[in-house]
Order: sequence, then structure tokens, then C-alpha cells
Amino acid sequence: MNPFSAVLFRDMRLATRAGGSAALALAFFAAVATLVPLGVGSDLHLLSRIAGGVLWIAAVLAALLSLDRLFQSDFEDGSLDLIALSPLPLESMSFAKIAAHWLTTGLPLTLLSPLLGVLFGLPPAGYAPLVLSLAIGTPAVSAIGAIGAALTLSIRRGGLILPFIVLPLLAPAVIFGSGAVLGVLDGLSNGAFWLLGAFSLVAVLLAPFACAAAVRLNLAG
Amino acid sequence: MEAFFAMGKYAAYVWPAYGISLLGLGLAIGFTLSAYARAKKRLAALESGK
Amino acid sequence: MASIFEFANPKRFMNLSGAVLPWLAVVCVLSLGAGLYLGFTAPPDYQQGDTVKIMFIHVPAAWVAMMCYGLMAVASLLGLVNRHPLADVAAKTAAPLGAVFTALALITGSLWGKPMWGAYWVWDARLTSFLLLLFLYLGYIALWNAIEDETRAARAAAILALVGVVNLPIIEFSVDWWNTLHQGESIIRSGGPLIAGVFLWPLGLMAVGYTTLFFTLWMIRIRTEIIERRIRALQLGIA
Repeated sequence: MNPFSAVLFRDMRLATRAGGSAALALAFFAAVATLVPLGVGSDLHLLSRIAGGVLWIAAVLAALLSLDRLFQSDFEDGSLDLIALSPLPLESMSFAKIAAHWLTTGLPLTLLSPLLGVLFGLPPAGYAPLVLSLAIGTPAVSAIGAIGAALTLSIRRGGLILPFIVLPLLAPAVIFGSGAVLGVLDGLSNGAFWLLGAFSLVAVLLAPFACAAAVRLNLAG
Repeated sequence: MEAFFAMGKYAAYVWPAYGISLLGLGLAIGFTLSAYARAKKRLAALESGK
Repeated sequence: MASIFEFANPKRFMNLSGAVLPWLAVVCVLSLGAGLYLGFTAPPDYQQGDTVKIMFIHVPAAWVAMMCYGLMAVASLLGLVNRHPLADVAAKTAAPLGAVFTALALITGSLWGKPMWGAYWVWDARLTSFLLLLFLYLGYIALWNAIEDETRAARAAAILALVGVVNLPIIEFSVDWWNTLHQGESIIRSGGPLIAGVFLWPLGLMAVGYTTLFFTLWMIRIRTEIIERRIRALQLGIA
């Protein structure tokens, strides 16, 4: 097995084993989405309007929740040093980790979202854009979140500071993602999918470099 | 003079805006200068005490 | 480029900034004084009335807030690429100033908006992106404070600043896009056609005043940090 897939599969195995971050992120996603109607009331008309936005925010929060250990556990047990010594460039390693995180959280969240859409009384026309926008946009969440995870990997309570530095950077994803859902519901062609796709592509392409730089500075000296 | 302070019925917005700006910049200036003076004093004490 | 590296020598920076500082402070005080005088003697705007006076402190604060992030990113890049400690210090000391100016731009903007919109806060595109800018500044400061090792903190914060400066135009664009999706045009616009000649002078002078104030404070903060590092080095030498 080449080193890239070794990191990819190892991370996926760690995330999906019992008590791993994947199941927790999914449960968190569902729990946040359930709390919203309890907070704003059960008016289905209102809920159907905000469904896209709420599910997008819940997805971002759930993804962030599972991100803080992305590099940290490997840093603490020394496997990051070993990977750094291996022929696998840190950029590729970061990309593998981002991919593994997306496959174990972003993708399951996307697949679960229609079910939560039902709870919010999302109109039939809204399901396709909801799933599509999450599928396009959550890679950006994993990618930008990974930068935050790499920057905070040496901080003991990094889990607290990570959302704080990452959330403003994720504003475009939330805006375009929920805008895509609303756009379809209101029959507007606002180009949200293209903007979301462009944002996601740039984030996924550039993030591995930022992650690798952050890992390098933490390993040095 | 009264008309000046009334700001054409917008006194409630104009003066707080200036007041808060003055406060914010004043605090920034105050903290910056006091930290500067403190650092200079400590350095002088260290250098003369050698 | 040579001049940047010469400037980046801490000792030379202390000499240079020491010579420049008094002049900068004088320009700052004079332009702020003249700007305030012209601002308060300017007639009310035919549309906005006397609230136009808030523009004289809102727009300069907003301008400095954005400029500061750009300077922070440039300093971060120099710190990362050339490993120069002075660049790290420059980036670190700029952040709290940027946060202050951003906060002032937000507060004055909301006080300006109240009589215009009827509410202190509406999700206006400019206000919203400044709120996000404030979070970027605070995140940067928090990251710097959370990492104990100074060089590591500097590099991590530098990467964050660079990621932020790449993302900032996208954030601005997305917020503008979102704003047109959800509501009408923005009222607060700097550099828009609403600025008549009588307002241009006080606005320009206040902008010069705010900018020089920022540079004055920034230089003093860099000097403070250099002195503190020298103190630490001396203490280590003694101990």
C-alpha cells in the first residue's frame, strides 16, 4: 500500500471505530438540528425557510467538533514525527487527512441531511439542493478546519480556540451553501452552486500547503 | 452653541460616536504609552544595576 | 529589497523610528485637529443631516482597520519567508490596534445606521464583513496568546494571517452577495457619490490623522516589544 492511502485508511479506521469521531459528529449534527425547533418553535413554515441555513450551521459545527484531534493525537504519540521522516510529503499527508475527515464526517452528514430536512418540513424541491450544496461545500469545511487543527495542534486546549479562528473563515461556505438551498426554493438562479464549488475547490487545493507549513513549524525545534 | 450640541436632532448618535471613538483611541494610546514607559524604565534599571 | 532588510535590523529600527516618531505624532495631531474643526463647521448633509459627522470618524477607522490587516499579512509573510524577528514583532503588535479600529468602525457604523435604518444593527454588508474582520483579529490574538513558545506562536499566527488575507476578499464578496440576496442596497458606502466637496477635506484630514495615529502607536508598540526582548535577554544573561 502506498503511504498516501496508508494515512487515509488509517485515519478512516480511527474515526469509524467504536467511540470514534465519525459517529459522534453525526450524533452532534442531529442533536443541534433537533434543538433548533425547540428554540424557535415548531412553526413548520418558519422551519422550512431556515432548514438550509440551520442544517448548514449544524454541519459546520459538527465537522469542527471532530477536527481538533485531526493532527493532535498523531502529534502527541509521535506518529507525526515518523510521517515527517517518511518519503510522504507533509502536503500529501495533510491532503490524505482532509480526505479521510471528509469521508468520515462531511459525507455521512450530507447523507443524513435529507432525514433532518423532513423534520424541518423542507419542501420537496429543497432536498436536491440541500444534499448537493453539502456535498460540494463540506470538503471546504474539512480543508479550512484542518488548517485550524494544524495550527492549534500543540495547544492543550486547542479544541476551544479552533472554532474561534476557523468559523469566520468558513462564512463564505455557510453563505453560499444555505443561499443555494434558498435560491432553489425561491426559484432564483443566483449561481450559488458555482460560487460554493469555486470556494471549495480553492480551499481543498490550498489547505494542504497551509497545513503542511503549520505541521512543520510545530515539529521544528 | 445649543444648535451645535443638538446636531440637528442627531445628538444622540453623533456625540456617542465621537465619545466612544475618543474612549477607544484614548485607551489604545494610554496602554501603548504606559507599556512603553514601563519597559524603558525596567531596561534602564537593569542596565544601571549591572 | 535591501532597504527593507536594513530597516528590519532592530537597532536601526530603534534609531529610525526614534527620529520619525515626533514628526509622525505632530502630523497626526495637526491633521486630527484640522479635520475635527472642518468636520464640525461643515454644513449638514442635505440627505443625512448632521449624521454625516459620524462619517468623519467611521470611514477612517474602517480604512485603518483594513489597512492594518494588510500590513499584518505583509509582516507575517516577511516573518515566515525571511525568518526575521522584527517582522514577527510588527505583525504581533499590529493586531490589537487593528481590533480596536475595527471595533470603532463597527460601533460608529451602527450609530450612523440607527437614524438611517431605524435600528442599531441591520445585517448590512459592510457592517457584517467588519464583524467577521473583528473575529479574524481576535482569533489571531487568541492563537498568539495560546502558544507559549514565541517563535512557534509567531509562525502559526503568520500562517493564520496569510490564510485570512487570502480569505478576506472572498468573505467580503460572499457577504455582499448574501446581502443582495436578502435585502436591498447598503446605505453606508465609503467613496460613494454621496461625498460632496465640503465633506472631502475633513474626511481626508481625518483619514490622514487616523492613519498617522495608527503608525505612531504601531511604532511605539514595536519599540516596546524590542525593549522587552532586550530585558529578557539581559535577565537570562544575569541569571
